[in-house]
Amino acid sequence: MNADTAEILKIVSDWKDSFCGAYSIRENGKGIERRSTEHVHIEPKKDRPGLDITVDDGTKGETMYIPACVTHGGVDDLVYNDFHIGDGVDVTIVAGCGVHTENGESARHNGIHRFFIGNGSRVRYEEKHIGLGGNGRRSIDPVTEVILGHDSVMEMDSVQIRGVTSTHRTTRATVGDGSSFIVHERILTALDERAVTDFVVDMNGTGSSVDLVSRSVARDESHQSFHSVIRGNARCTGHSECDAIITEKGTVSATPQLDANDIDASLIHEAAIGRIAGEQLLKLCTLGLTEEEAEERIIQGFLR
Amino acid sequence: MLELKDICWSTPQGREVLSGISLSIRESGLIVMTGPNGGGKTTLAKIIAGIEKPDSGRILLDGEDITGLSVTERARRGISYAFQQPVRFKGLTVRDLLCLASGRELSETEICALLSKVGLCARDYEDRDVDASLSGGEIKRIEIATVLARGSRISIFDEPEAGIDLWSFSGLIEAFEEIRKSRRGIEIIISHQERILSVADRIIVIEDGRVKEDGGRDAVLSHLLSLSRCPSCPSRREEA
Ligand SMILES: Nc1ncnc2c1ncn2[C@@H]1O[C@H](COP(=O)(O)OP(=O)(O)OP(=O)(O)O)[C@@H](O)[C@H]1O
Ligand SMILES: [Mg+2]
Repeated sequence: MNADTAEILKIVSDWKDSFCGAYSIRENGKGIERRSTEHVHIEPKKDRPGLDITVDDGTKGETMYIPACVTHGGVDDLVYNDFHIGDGVDVTIVAGCGVHTENGESARHNGIHRFFIGNGSRVRYEEKHIGLGGNGRRSIDPVTEVILGHDSVMEMDSVQIRGVTSTHRTTRATVGDGSSFIVHERILTALDERAVTDFVVDMNGTGSSVDLVSRSVARDESHQSFHSVIRGNARCTGHSECDAIITEKGTVSATPQLDANDIDASLIHEAAIGRIAGEQLLKLCTLGLTEEEAEERIIQGFLR
Repeated sequence: MLELKDICWSTPQGREVLSGISLSIRESGLIVMTGPNGGGKTTLAKIIAGIEKPDSGRILLDGEDITGLSVTERARRGISYAFQQPVRFKGLTVRDLLCLASGRELSETEICALLSKVGLCARDYEDRDVDASLSGGEIKRIEIATVLARGSRISIFDEPEAGIDLWSFSGLIEAFEEIRKSRRGIEIIISHQERILSVADRIIVIEDGRVKEDGGRDAVLSHLLSLSRCPSCPSRREEA
């Protein structure tokens, strides 16, 4: 692996010169290292780029790593990873992505991840994105599809740390009886970066729920747009929250949609977009911070 | 020493709120500022902290004119203000705020000591976000703790007792007494509470944007009590 890959891995997937557990590292469109464990099987797909990851019934406490790195311009990486999660599973999946460009050429990673989650299982999915280097457009366009069986939980924690010129994130989920889909997304854009995030969640199961929290900070002249469609097709509870801070000439647009298709669907959306509240800055200034320090601190906390 | 010279302030709509306030606070000790709602106490505190700028008048700290200084510069010179309405933050924890207030990383023991002064258990609170999930009394206590954490020369508490339950009240008074006993600096508490008035060294009454009374605790208290016994009390302000 090259030095840029190692740097990216450190940032996005807790790489400490090795991984403990099953993993697969992708570098510039190729799998370079891979390991399965007794209950987590990682196999390359035969018909197209990507992996089939199978987690056996009853697997508990394992963490697996599927990071992808693009370390120079001129790469347009497309990968299909399917996760087949059995019943009674409790695992963490770490899937970071970093794109590095230097010479002005653009680079892109497009990961299409599908999760087929059984019954009574719990999956925590962590996804950190970063763009590094100098000139050149860096794009990360993840597609995440989730199908939850009954009494399962999928918790998706995604962060765009910085430096991604353009991102289009698509997330689709179907939630079964008694299952929950929980999303915590944070996106930072600066300069002229663009971010689009787009959720469609169908709560089909009785007693299903979704909790979608998105926080964004758009600085400089960057733009973010947030779309969500939450459909309650059964007795279910849905909550979405979209908070955004804009600074300088940053812009954010949010279009949340709630569809209650069942009399017992209870859906809530909250949104707040604007500059940092003046009184928050003032409070931190009374503690001795300058206005700039206060702003940094507030943004840092907001995106944590 | 803190000196206010002829401070005037009007609302953005042009209504005069402070009409020439002059005060000189030399001694270390506990000063309680009281007076009717809307009299201008919070506005005056904000002017001292630099959050509001006076239309006219000057503020001197140890002889230095600080009227033009920013909130940050005043904070760094040792002025602290605990807001009447504490600010909430999405994403800052109680620990974060206390560390920012004291200007360094605090140990577990230090956080615990600070929070116990305001009657909170560190284990339950240090990792909580200072956001809308905190109750009114909880956030008020944390606000007070941020000012205690700074250990400034001038600490202003704006109605610290508001929303604090009866049982914790004595503990809170102890914390204020502790500052007073340490003779570390000037402590100004804005309050309507007799219990707090009764531990003051000096009481200042602000009414209609003016200093109505200013003196030692006993003198001012006995006068205030005699006024409140007046049968025509409700119409007192109209007569004045
Ligand atoms: N930004 C503002 N815009 C308009 N009016 C204001 C503003 N700030 C303060 N005021 C008015 O100034 C007056 C004094 O307010 P202030 O908050 O200083 O009173 P206070 O003495 O602290 O009252 P309380 O005991 O209720 O806390 C009030 O009538 C208030 O409505
Ligand atoms: Mg007030």
